[in-house]
Amino acid sequence: MSNEKHHIVPYRVYALVLVALLALTFASIGIVSIELGKYTVAAALIFATIKSFLVLTYFMHLKYDKPYIKAMVAFVFAIFFVVIVITFLDYLYRT
Amino acid sequence: MHKEQAANMSNYLTYQGKYKGLLGWITSTDHKRIGLLYLYSILTMFSVGVLLGLAMKLELLAPGKTIMDAQTYNSTFTVHGVIMIFMVVVPGLPAVFGNFLMPIMIGAKDVAFPKLNLLSWYLYVAGVFLVLAALFFGNGAPDTGWTFYAPYSFKTGTNLLPAVFGAFVLGFSSILTGLNFLVTIHRMRCPGMKWTKLPLFVWTLYGTAWIQLLATPVVGITLVLIALERLFGVGVFDPALGGDPILYQHLFWIYSHPAVYIMILPAMGAISEIIPTFAQKQVFGYKAIIASTMAIAFVGYLVWGHHMFTAGMSGTAQYYFSLLTFIVAIPSAIKVFNWISTMYKGSINVQTPLYWAASFIFVFMIGGLSGLVLGALATDVHVHDTAFVVAHFHYIVFGGTGFAFMAAIHYWFPKIYGRMYDKGWANAGWLVFFIGFLALYTPMFYLGMMGMPRRYYDYMKEFQGGNILSTFGSWILATGLVIIIVNLVKSARHGTPAEMDPWHSKTLEWQVSSPPSVENFDEIPEIAENDGPYNYK
Amino acid sequence: MEQNAHNEHVHYDAEASKIGMWLFIFTELLLFGGLFIVYSVYRFMNQEAFHLAAEELNTTIGAINTVLLLVSSMTIAVSTTTLQLKKKGLTLFLLGITVIIGVVFLVNKYFEWGAKIEHGIWPGSEHLKTAFSQGEILFFGLYYVMTGLHALHIIIGLIIILFAAHRVYKGTVNENRAALLENAGLYWHLVDLIWIFLFPLFYLIH
Repeated sequence: MSNEKHHIVPYRVYALVLVALLALTFASIGIVSIELGKYTVAAALIFATIKSFLVLTYFMHLKYDKPYIKAMVAFVFAIFFVVIVITFLDYLYRT
Repeated sequence: MHKEQAANMSNYLTYQGKYKGLLGWITSTDHKRIGLLYLYSILTMFSVGVLLGLAMKLELLAPGKTIMDAQTYNSTFTVHGVIMIFMVVVPGLPAVFGNFLMPIMIGAKDVAFPKLNLLSWYLYVAGVFLVLAALFFGNGAPDTGWTFYAPYSFKTGTNLLPAVFGAFVLGFSSILTGLNFLVTIHRMRCPGMKWTKLPLFVWTLYGTAWIQLLATPVVGITLVLIALERLFGVGVFDPALGGDPILYQHLFWIYSHPAVYIMILPAMGAISEIIPTFAQKQVFGYKAIIASTMAIAFVGYLVWGHHMFTAGMSGTAQYYFSLLTFIVAIPSAIKVFNWISTMYKGSINVQTPLYWAASFIFVFMIGGLSGLVLGALATDVHVHDTAFVVAHFHYIVFGGTGFAFMAAIHYWFPKIYGRMYDKGWANAGWLVFFIGFLALYTPMFYLGMMGMPRRYYDYMKEFQGGNILSTFGSWILATGLVIIIVNLVKSARHGTPAEMDPWHSKTLEWQVSSPPSVENFDEIPEIAENDGPYNYK
Repeated sequence: MEQNAHNEHVHYDAEASKIGMWLFIFTELLLFGGLFIVYSVYRFMNQEAFHLAAEELNTTIGAINTVLLLVSSMTIAVSTTTLQLKKKGLTLFLLGITVIIGVVFLVNKYFEWGAKIEHGIWPGSEHLKTAFSQGEILFFGLYYVMTGLHALHIIIGLIIILFAAHRVYKGTVNENRAALLENAGLYWHLVDLIWIFLFPLFYLIH
């Protein structure tokens, strides 16, 4: 449809994102080899979160999508996070 | 509206495409025909479920073995539950009335993905056959209860795998319907049909579709895990291998609690359509009903643990779930206030759908308030796993969704078949059914309070009085059901032709011919700025 | 308001297909979400055992597979751009690369699983039940279920990409009707997204 003007993403953007993703991957492998104790998991997950954010924003075009689609995606991730937190209300406080 | 033109065109019932007869129906991507395919298949499964229910009530007429032994009884309540939940009430209103009416109500010619819609029905049928296969092949019908609780579900010798797989396929069908509806409501509304002009039934379908989409996959993966557990012994829910059976309950209820909102939300939507029509009055608090719909959908997603108060959860989790359970009752109460206020000072036109709607409010309130007894931690310890739970659940799901389904079919019947039913018989059917319903389930509240456990084929002698009343109730209810169905089936063939808008309603589906033409609209309608779905004087 | 819903001659609505795909992706996310809940709970209950069991996994293979998926995500993303720029040959080439990378991923996975199974580690195996603790049994159970389900999604993704490539070749997917290719891309990125979390949770926790 003519009013659904497509945004053509330049190659350069994809290339840069890939470089960033690879760098983050190696950084996360590097960081877990350092002894961080219980923060290792947190570090690895933070890297994974940043990577997934890049994939969602650029590869999956969310940056160029209408706000309501962004809102839906954010909502789904948020509700999943909430469900995990609630589940842990049980497991964290078991005696 | 070009009435003559509409009359000349063949309607969706008589329309003939590439194929004739039955083939013309099961290959049709017309949302109205798919809606009716669902109606017929759901009614078929409903009858099976009702027969199983009657058999259980007959067994409970007297203590000890009456007509079946313990194992048969266990299988009977399992299959009754699986059929009624996954094949009747979950798809019930959305798949039948949602499919038939939602596109018309938003001024569209069909859903966004008609072929996907037909595929959903095929998946439904496939799921039905898979579950039925579990009954007739292998080592007997499943006996785990419809909840498939671990670890029994991978220890039982009965034929569980097909039933679990069938439930998975039915879930997939439900997901695809939800997906289709969401896209349709987002993309296919006619010009001028703003979100704030959508009929409330469409709004509830919207909320329901989100739950279908976000909750069903969780039970999907849970059922897959149960299947893998049975096949390979992965260990995820097996305490012998370090698994936690309570985690199964968490995952199961993360779906199955929202699932009761899948069942009840569209029911509330149908009631919200019916009451303004028969009060001939603008619905009271249109936006409050929308807000409460979305609040129920959202908060309902976060209260699953109240099914597990006695399972061994942490105290913190119990407090949290109990609190949220009480909070989720508020939006339901808001709706009840809205319905009552809509009728207040309205020009009430008492017709069969209104009888059903009014009795819906009555039983729904009893069901809802008894839910709070179960949602409170202290009282739940006393009544959990008793007949009280069964009574509460049936008051909500049968009394809520079932009554709303009946209200809906009596309301939209003239639109669907283009004929009017015999109102006298319809009212008689309602009365008998209603009396039967009360007699069937009300004693169970009492029996539960006295301590009669559920899911046993036997009981102590003290409980017989209530059980006799309950069993008699089941017979009265079945009589009412027969009256209703016979009346509707006869009327669909021989009833007097219905007008376009027999109830003088304002929503779009009543502005097209009865039955609607193949394409619904000759031209897509436009909603004017000051027009609305409930603009009565 | 959306204008196109009532345009009689055009049934093609790119945005509807896109939302449809996103909604489907949501269900997939929640499907894996259920498994992530299971993982996080058992990880919490058996921290030591999970770390111990993760030693058995080969970080190098995991890292290679991560790089492969990231690159393939890039190639399919670029292919949507080349389609817009009407470079059909290049688009097909990029899709071919994506498919090949996906197959290589599966081959890697095959050898990885094969090595484990050779060591007697598979769900329900005697060796697993006798030589490992309960936490480790759970770890390997989840490892097989989650990577297995992920591999299944890779296969589905490959089929969708091949189907889209066929339509690009025939010309029914083109710069004006790109929805199918874009949806194939979205699905492939979903597969990538899941792996981005699976990799650290299974390979990087020792």
